[in-house]
Amino acid sequence: MTATSSKVSVKVVAMGVFVVALILAGVVSFYAASSPDGLNRVAADKGFSDTEKDHHAADGPFAGYGTSFVDNERLSGGLAGVVGVLVVLSLSGGLTLALRRRRDAATDVPTDVPTDVPTDVEVADLDRSA
Amino acid sequence: MHVPDGFLDAPTSIATGAVAVVAVGVALRGARRELDDRTAPMAGLVAAFIFATQMLNFPVASGTSGHLLGGALAAVLVGPYTGLLCMSVVFLVQCLLFADGGITALGTNIDLMGLVTVLVGWSVFRALQVVVPKRLSMVPTCAGLAALVSVPAAAFVFVLLYAIGGTADLPIDTLATAMVGVHVLVGLGEAIITFLAVGSIIAVRPDLVYGARRVLEERQLEIRSSTTGVGA
Repeated sequence: MTATSSKVSVKVVAMGVFVVALILAGVVSFYAASSPDGLNRVAADKGFSDTEKDHHAADGPFAGYGTSFVDNERLSGGLAGVVGVLVVLSLSGGLTLALRRRRDAATDVPTDVPTDVPTDVEVADLDRSA
Repeated sequence: MHVPDGFLDAPTSIATGAVAVVAVGVALRGARRELDDRTAPMAGLVAAFIFATQMLNFPVASGTSGHLLGGALAAVLVGPYTGLLCMSVVFLVQCLLFADGGITALGTNIDLMGLVTVLVGWSVFRALQVVVPKRLSMVPTCAGLAALVSVPAAAFVFVLLYAIGGTADLPIDTLATAMVGVHVLVGLGEAIITFLAVGSIIAVRPDLVYGARRVLEERQLEIRSSTTGVGA
């Protein structure tokens, strides 16, 4: 591909997205607006805020995007954000890596594509057996 | 828009939970077609990025804030099935680790902020792609407009759920006006963030953006076919 030669590698793009996510969750989140969100505001205005029940996980170490054992507000929120990014990345990254179509390193052909679409290798096998 | 425990009654929460289980099941199957060695690593990062961005509430009106939902963004970047999986992981972690969004409302939140925004976002995006010129530069704009529509759509579905199983007796029309009104404003922020995020990836590696593949395929048909030959 002519375009590939000047392309940024996937690793660089991935690292860029990762660093941006860490900075947003770990640093920028401190400056986020603290006013109630759209739903909570409407609930207050329409008078059904009090129907909200206490959260079952409200005593967790990171409940409410803070770290219970860190007093400094900036560090507390930043650490919670970084932990969240790493946990979400591990879970969703693990899930999607497990689900992906693996490519056979030798032939660079997906090894588990949907069976109704024959791969080039399968077509070649069929030709040989015919 | 994270719904806490108690806003919706138990039967409605069980029903939304069942819908979420089916939706995630369908997404697990569908995602296998979208994910390959090139896109799989991006999917995890997109989920992490959406989690981070959801922490960034921006002011939308006096005393009201909003944050990105991200369904349209996820669908355009990694595909609708994978996008829903990413969103579901985000809501699960937010619920269990950060006490954001009720545990009994987890299904509701996956349905509203995941399923609705992915479905509406992806549908609007694909519809726009049909009518606008097939150019890479149009992809971020289509994604932004899709994101804009997806947020009030999710707010509207919340109102529908509240009409069915809300725990307080409210005039539904005024609830609808308030919810959709404020979430049109949130949608504007969603559109800007989605436009910038999709535009950034398009600028460096358009082939990593699921929603840009059709545009790329039409442009590089001969080049691609020469690289897919196995050489057997």
